[in-house]
Amino acid sequence: MEAYFDNSATTKCYEAVREIVCKTMTEDYGNPSAMHRKGVEAEQYIKNAKASIARLMKVNEKEILFTSGGTESDNLALIGGAAANKRKGNHIITTAVEHPAVGQPVEYLESLGFEVTILPVDERGVVSLEALEKALRPDTILVSTMYVNNEVGSVMPIEKIAKLVHEKSPKALYHVDAIQAFGKYRIYPKKLGIDLLSVSGHKIHGPKGVGFLYINEKARIEPQILGGGQQGGMRSGTDNVPGIAGLGVAAEEIYRNFDANVEHMYQLKEHMAEGLSQIENVKINGMELREGAPQILSVSFMGIRSEVLLHTLEDREIYVSAGSACSSHKRKASGTLTAMGLSAEQKESTVRFSFCEENTFEEADYCLEVLREVVPVLRRYSRR
Amino acid sequence: MIFHAFLIKYAEIAIKGKNRYMFEDALVKQMRIALSKVEGEFEVKKEQGRVYVFCPEVYDFDEAVEALQKVFGIVGICPVVIYEDNGFDKMCEDVVSYMKNRYPDFSGSFKVYTRRAKKSYPIPSMEVSAKLGGAILDAFPEASVDVHEPDMTLSVEIRDKIYVYSETIKGPGGMPVGTNGKAMLLLSGGIDSPVAGYMIAKRGVKIDAVYFHAPPYTSERAKQKVVDLAKLVAKYSGPIRLHIVNFTDIQLYIYDKCPHEELTIIMRRYMMRIAEHFAKETGCLGMITGESIGQVASQTLHSLAATNEVCTLPVYRPVIGFDKQEIVEISKKIDTFETSILPFEDCCTIFVAKHPVTKPNLKVIHRSETKLEEKIEELMEEALKTTEVIEIS
Repeated sequence: MEAYFDNSATTKCYEAVREIVCKTMTEDYGNPSAMHRKGVEAEQYIKNAKASIARLMKVNEKEILFTSGGTESDNLALIGGAAANKRKGNHIITTAVEHPAVGQPVEYLESLGFEVTILPVDERGVVSLEALEKALRPDTILVSTMYVNNEVGSVMPIEKIAKLVHEKSPKALYHVDAIQAFGKYRIYPKKLGIDLLSVSGHKIHGPKGVGFLYINEKARIEPQILGGGQQGGMRSGTDNVPGIAGLGVAAEEIYRNFDANVEHMYQLKEHMAEGLSQIENVKINGMELREGAPQILSVSFMGIRSEVLLHTLEDREIYVSAGSACSSHKRKASGTLTAMGLSAEQKESTVRFSFCEENTFEEADYCLEVLREVVPVLRRYSRR
Repeated sequence: MIFHAFLIKYAEIAIKGKNRYMFEDALVKQMRIALSKVEGEFEVKKEQGRVYVFCPEVYDFDEAVEALQKVFGIVGICPVVIYEDNGFDKMCEDVVSYMKNRYPDFSGSFKVYTRRAKKSYPIPSMEVSAKLGGAILDAFPEASVDVHEPDMTLSVEIRDKIYVYSETIKGPGGMPVGTNGKAMLLLSGGIDSPVAGYMIAKRGVKIDAVYFHAPPYTSERAKQKVVDLAKLVAKYSGPIRLHIVNFTDIQLYIYDKCPHEELTIIMRRYMMRIAEHFAKETGCLGMITGESIGQVASQTLHSLAATNEVCTLPVYRPVIGFDKQEIVEISKKIDTFETSILPFEDCCTIFVAKHPVTKPNLKVIHRSETKLEEKIEELMEEALKTTEVIEIS
């Protein structure tokens, strides 16, 4: 039996996504900027995708900008947002548990002379509102937090953060990296007070290489990719029609049985956690099961290096990811787990199970059965 | 300037007598393998004691030279322009136009060296040289002739056509792979073993390799890294048969039965045994390791003696006296360094003790190995049986 529990890394494409991607590559392959019929046909796919996403998020179509994925959306929001607003102030706030797609651009902005405050998180991986309140200043121009943490599934209090940001720093744009949250939470940026929001296609059963950035109509950002002036000059380059069409369909699909799917993932997560509690010396990281994101379960198998467990499971066709990438040559501890204050030993033995609605209880049971078998064996052979 | 051919120079001292043919045939074979990866049809020919590469009409000069620079046995590569033989006056014109093209403002010293492969050519070599020199002097008033230490030697070979060259690009030296038998390289994912393989291949030895894989403790990527390293070495050594041995069970068994500080030494003894098995099976005359004295606990003289004891084939350790930095320099030169330092766990480090023995006592090691008697034969057989072989080229 195969159990793919690495859906936070990437997901399998929906069948309907595959179909439309194929169709736009082989039949309706025109360049949407072309003036002839083939171009108009292709443009229609983009309009449809945009309409779907705008409707699902209750925003205007012109507020959706297609990108090459989550990383580009984050980069554009931060670097483009800082560039457009640098006259208003010089201060940027983010958290200690961001994905590198946010962390690296922030570091880059710091090197350009922006002042950066990095907010701590508690032991569950949730950002501290008190720290945020203290950090916010009149000259703060950007605040960026994730919605759902990719490593432990902790959920940030987005609405409260937005409220604080707009109260205390009226000039600031609030950017949310919602790459692990879209399709798991119904996100209405306007109601929540979000100015910029990043989403990736391949985390929601769409294609890789496509995503979007929601940009509130009042928010100003500077384009980072210049050229032929596509997408109103905000992001040049021939539109990725197959990707965008696929993303639109994926978004529609993931909203189709939204609540049932989310409930199914919670139940799978609870089922796994329940089974894991019967294995000795196993710790679950992050928030209470139902408080955290439905699809992510971070688990430390004390005394087993995560990489070894990952390869052992892989051998049984169970796919998970390691909480921290490490090896004998280079040890790069996970940022999130470090910020949560986990011990080195616990960090080294953390793996992430991440689910999607297509995972079954049989798969979870199979995984638990394998774990019960291999964990004691792996513990016997360790560095002494 | 378009070059039509390359004249290949090789070390002639090493190839006297009957060996010459074997040497040249191996060289031609390796050159063909190397050039098969370059776009276009290259023709490698042995002609009257010379090895020539005839190039296709359109080809990438740099790529072709780079490929040839990886063929051991080549000392120099001379790019040649070929002219039709339309009489001596035309030859003078052609040579002057070669010079104008290649050295537009030539003002140094030169000499012309002529070789008549076609002995029926009506003018003697010396006279050809003198007359061509005169023509060049007429065209380049600043130039001068110096037959002893010229800045530039213009070589003219008279065959059915006229071959002109004046430059020699350095080759890698060494001897053509295949002229000195075959040896089995113990290839890890590290910096040293690819360098060791390269150095032995340089002396004309064909290489096969063995890698010890320990899933789940080492990953698919670690294995892929070794395959990639083998490919890089194969650019010099020619095709490599890579044996991938699943070593996990043997390793865990040793871990269970033997004192932990002896684990690495005992493990390496079993690696040597397995490597030797494949070496003998495939007709190798020796084994190659990247060991360097004192680099790690298992590479002290005591440890090397302990691992060496288990095999009867000679073990070649070409980097034995090198410092790490010296090995790193070669690995950068042969382009394996970047791959070698990719951070994947290899099977030697996963269970390494905090304080491994550095002066293993053979008697003690033998005693420890007796504790393995129950199952080790069976595990060894299983490892040999499940070994995967990949042809790398």
